[in-house]
Amino acid sequence: MSEQIGVNPQLAGRVYPAGEAYTVGREKIREFARAVKATHPAHFEVEAAKDLGYPDLIAPPTFAIIVAQRADAQLVEDPEAGIDFSRVVHADQRFVHHRPIVAGDQLVAELHVDQVRAMGGGAMITTRAEISTADGEKTATATSSILVRGEGQ
Amino acid sequence: MPTLSDLSVGQEIGSTTIDISRADLVRYAGASGDFNPIHWNDRFAEQVGLPGVIAHGMFTMGAAVQLVTDWADNPAAVVDYQTRFTKPVVVENLDTGGATLGVTGVIGAIDEANSSVRVDLTVTAAGQKVLVKAQAVVRAW
Repeated sequence: MSEQIGVNPQLAGRVYPAGEAYTVGREKIREFARAVKATHPAHFEVEAAKDLGYPDLIAPPTFAIIVAQRADAQLVEDPEAGIDFSRVVHADQRFVHHRPIVAGDQLVAELHVDQVRAMGGGAMITTRAEISTADGEKTATATSSILVRGEGQ
Repeated sequence: MPTLSDLSVGQEIGSTTIDISRADLVRYAGASGDFNPIHWNDRFAEQVGLPGVIAHGMFTMGAAVQLVTDWADNPAAVVDYQTRFTKPVVVENLDTGGATLGVTGVIGAIDEANSSVRVDLTVTAAGQKVLVKAQAVVRAW
């Protein structure tokens, strides 16, 4: 018998409610943009963002990962989930933007566990973070699959 | 971004290379909040069975899409972006940069009804594809 997998198969369908709002700051957009080597002026200069029709700096397309991973942390840190973070590998990621994230947004994320599949001795977990403003305007959907490797994987 | 009628499926939008150093991974860790030690600690990375320190998948995904953002000349035009992470990008501990990504974008589909195009990215490091099904949907405004 292989070692029992730690991941709780009953996780699928679970929803973790939105926590405290995340305030998108101009300096955070600039910092994140530099970190992914983005150079478009709309990440750095408010006037450039306004020229494109937005009220403030535009976040890079993958910026929502900050909010999504904060939501994921609720699952990863849930003792009932049985996830050993040191055995986690990011398998895939998708962002659907309902509208771009801009500086000044107050974002919350509700986390849905869409699927848990046994893979070898481990498990593949697919989550979906529904990101909206604190006022309820849909902003982005971030879907992520993580592989929790079993022993010997 | 060029107008839809000027584009055709299979057309290349451009290509670029991106050098990655260990400092870049530390910067991304700080900016994103992902401090997993596999992205900065060789000993830890080897203990969990990796060949060495690897780039955050999200760093690679985030850096690769800049080709699309710059082509569209509008970061807000990228309305959908997805990828699978298939091979780790090993980043050597060198002052001059420890890995190089190659990024090429090709028009994969044109959706005239929604006034959008899908750009398919090929992203390689050390001669291997590191992202699979890396696709960005760009809306023409």
